[in-house]
Amino acid sequence: MSEEFEPNILGFLCNWCSYAGADLAGTSRMKYPSNLKSIRVMCSGRVDPAFVLEALRKGVDGVLIAGCHPGDCHYQSGNYKTNRRIKLLKKLLEELGIDPRRVRFEYVSASEGQKFATIVTEFVAEIRKLGPNPLVVNEK
Amino acid sequence: MSTDKKKESGKKLQIALYWAASCGGCEIGMLDIDEKILDLTAAADIVFWPVAVDTKYKDIEAMQDSSIDVCFFNGGIRNSEQEHLAKLLRKKSKVLISFGACAMSGGVPGLANMANREEVFKTVYHENPSTENPKKLVPKPMTKVKEGDLTLPEFYDTVKPLHLVVDVDYFIPGCPPPPWLILDAFNAIVEGKLPSKGSVLAPLKAVCDECRFKLSDKKIQTVKRIYELEKIEDKCFLEQGVICMGPATRAGCHGRCMEGNMPCTGCQGILPNALDQGASMISALASILGVETEQSMSDKEVDALIEKIPDVVGTFYKYTLADSLLKRRVMK
Repeated sequence: MSEEFEPNILGFLCNWCSYAGADLAGTSRMKYPSNLKSIRVMCSGRVDPAFVLEALRKGVDGVLIAGCHPGDCHYQSGNYKTNRRIKLLKKLLEELGIDPRRVRFEYVSASEGQKFATIVTEFVAEIRKLGPNPLVVNEK
Repeated sequence: MSTDKKKESGKKLQIALYWAASCGGCEIGMLDIDEKILDLTAAADIVFWPVAVDTKYKDIEAMQDSSIDVCFFNGGIRNSEQEHLAKLLRKKSKVLISFGACAMSGGVPGLANMANREEVFKTVYHENPSTENPKKLVPKPMTKVKEGDLTLPEFYDTVKPLHLVVDVDYFIPGCPPPPWLILDAFNAIVEGKLPSKGSVLAPLKAVCDECRFKLSDKKIQTVKRIYELEKIEDKCFLEQGVICMGPATRAGCHGRCMEGNMPCTGCQGILPNALDQGASMISALASILGVETEQSMSDKEVDALIEKIPDVVGTFYKYTLADSLLKRRVMK
């Protein structure tokens, strides 16, 4: 018997914009799938590409990183750096045979509760289509 | 080199050296200690070194467990013979040292983890332009002929670093390890001053710390290949637009490549406390690439800039793919 695949998604949300945006979505009672587990980080620039690789290695099906809009970063330029890091990381994932759509970087401000809910809904649907994480880790 | 301690006890150190999936450069690296090799042979007996000494596997098998004092093992594990020898030498050695980039993290042979056995065999035995193989033969672990069974070691899909196959006591990085790191390690062994188990016998800092070039403004506007430079200026390679793995690579090499006007490719391996050498470099490079104009760049321009970085795995994981977080490419 096959159960429907429920994606397991990890979110890194920046403290100043996206986490507040997610909070707004919650306090406004907007609906979005419960597949996302959020981790609050002080800045999207805090997200080391290794965190994303480690999450994928441990079997997470998708990783969402959300930060402030360009120009809005509390620390001035963290989100620009993350944008470039994630683009380069996606190129790496593609070479390693992992669909880069499993990792997504989005801009969500503190007032964009609705945008946050829409992004999560879309992302969960996309990962559902992509299926479970294909990583077979060759550990000891 | 102090050999007093050993002279007192009257018995020389018993050392062994072995090569697995490696190019043989580590053996040459061992000889790069020049005349000090005489001190080494004065302090130690080489009981096993297939490349230089005529000893057989059965000689090792006949030894008592833990009768070798130190074994320097270079090369990763990619077939059953290497795995057998790794396990055998672990059992026979008091101290097992993972020697060089391939043993530590797979090295260049570890890039075969971008493929599997089938793809490697296809390229090597069928598709190479210089290979003539009309019967499309590939090596098999066993072949029956009328005289009996012929066996070959089994070739694995995935190259593994030594420490993922057996327990390793120390690591000496480098491709090959520089002579001064080898001598420091050897002195520590002779004097009984080895650090705690699991240590990498090299400095804790990054290659940049030993590099001859000076860092001024930590900015890159574009990525260039080394041949695209009109002239190599006397400043940091990254600032000249050339990808240099220095910031994500452990020191200990004295920046030899930069002395020769070539950027670091990362052979000394991951920095202490880092999770993944490639990810460290992706992080470091992305934070300085295009940083001057980041506020005015469109997303398309950022894409174009990132597109200029060729061969992400080959550039950032040249020596550490087999020991990286993901270890290999996912095969369909």
